[in-house]
Amino acid sequence: MTAPDSVVSPVGETPSAPGPVSPTGVAHRGGPANPSAEAMRVRWPAAVRRVDVVWGETSVVIDPAMLVDIVRWLHDDPEQRYDYLVDVTAVEFRDAQVPLEIVWHLRSLPHRRFLRLKVALVPGSLLEVDSVWSIYRSADWLERECYDMFGIRFRGHPDLRRILMWEQYREGHPLRKDFPLRGRFSRSEQLRQALAANPEAKYSMDELSIADAYEDLPSEMRQRLRAGEATGE
Amino acid sequence: MGLSVSYQPQSQEGWITTKLDFLVNWGRANSLWPMPFGTACCAIEFMATAASRFDLARFGMERMSYSPRQADVLICAGRVPFKLAPVIRRIWLQMPQPKWCISMGACASSGGMFDNYAVVQGIDTIIPVDVYVPGCPPRPEGLLYGIRMLQAKVMRERMADTAAREEMEPDPTSHLYIPPPAIDELSEPFGNSVQQTRSGL
Repeated sequence: MTAPDSVVSPVGETPSAPGPVSPTGVAHRGGPANPSAEAMRVRWPAAVRRVDVVWGETSVVIDPAMLVDIVRWLHDDPEQRYDYLVDVTAVEFRDAQVPLEIVWHLRSLPHRRFLRLKVALVPGSLLEVDSVWSIYRSADWLERECYDMFGIRFRGHPDLRRILMWEQYREGHPLRKDFPLRGRFSRSEQLRQALAANPEAKYSMDELSIADAYEDLPSEMRQRLRAGEATGE
Repeated sequence: MGLSVSYQPQSQEGWITTKLDFLVNWGRANSLWPMPFGTACCAIEFMATAASRFDLARFGMERMSYSPRQADVLICAGRVPFKLAPVIRRIWLQMPQPKWCISMGACASSGGMFDNYAVVQGIDTIIPVDVYVPGCPPRPEGLLYGIRMLQAKVMRERMADTAAREEMEPDPTSHLYIPPPAIDELSEPFGNSVQQTRSGL
């Protein structure tokens, strides 16, 4: 019998990683930063704008133009090895100077580190940022959710569509601060639009066309696919 | 609200008709097959109701009918987002008559705490509901009480009353019809979040 495979990484592969401990007495501000932040300062002196340590977690505010380069370096560098993209989200402030921040949560399983990358969008600029899909495939749905909820466009994302709200949703992006909690339309109009939706139009025509079941689709649907119809309305 | 075998003629209908009504209703009320539509924590309580401690099978509901075409009562347990509204509507339409609906919990009945852009404010805006079970979520006793209420309702049905099983589309020419904008206007003062997030930003 051999030992069961290690789930995270083989023992002894990264002797630098400290064992997991429950942190106690963590300060609200300050405290030891994630060593990756200092490495980023050295490697990307122009791109790192600010490093915050809040409740023991490190946030690095970076230049949006360098985002993909930095994330690729964080993913590939043997000293960093951030191999897990936990989340992509955004924060909207009611602040004309910092209208919106986009946040990436990265975790390095071998080094047991957590890093938060932030990009502050310039006021007046387009809601656009580079996609990290080419580095983390898991960014696909996370960025779609971010697009759905905030309307941020991720350049280079292969399939930027809504993911939580249905594709024909016309009221905007619900997590924006200017989005009324009850939505933009009246209740009866929301209900009318929802009931008008076809429950079978769950998948886009693009998805259906690449699915294995293409041959099993009704001929009428295959015709619509060949005609280039974009959604299943 | 007993289901004891008692006979109280309610009208001038004949002895055969009322006895037949009673027989049919007795059969229907005691073999309701539920179509569970569980979307949230109410579904957990529903599962608890169906499990051995509370044992829904005592009331003739031992078979969960996951196919709407073999179901008698739709039990909507949990909130229904707008994305699911056409789905539950279609499931309801797929169920054959006679059919009933139980709205389980605050969210299914009224939207509950989810007075927001994503959640249907009560499934009775989509499908007709026979019994509302309040609670967040209701305990199994509450659901059982609702089911017993539904059984009592079934026992009161009469074959002569054809209107009970009629499926009506809203008729804008009827004097009972309230147009949707009027309903919106009427319901505007209610709910706690009407003006909450309307900012000038």
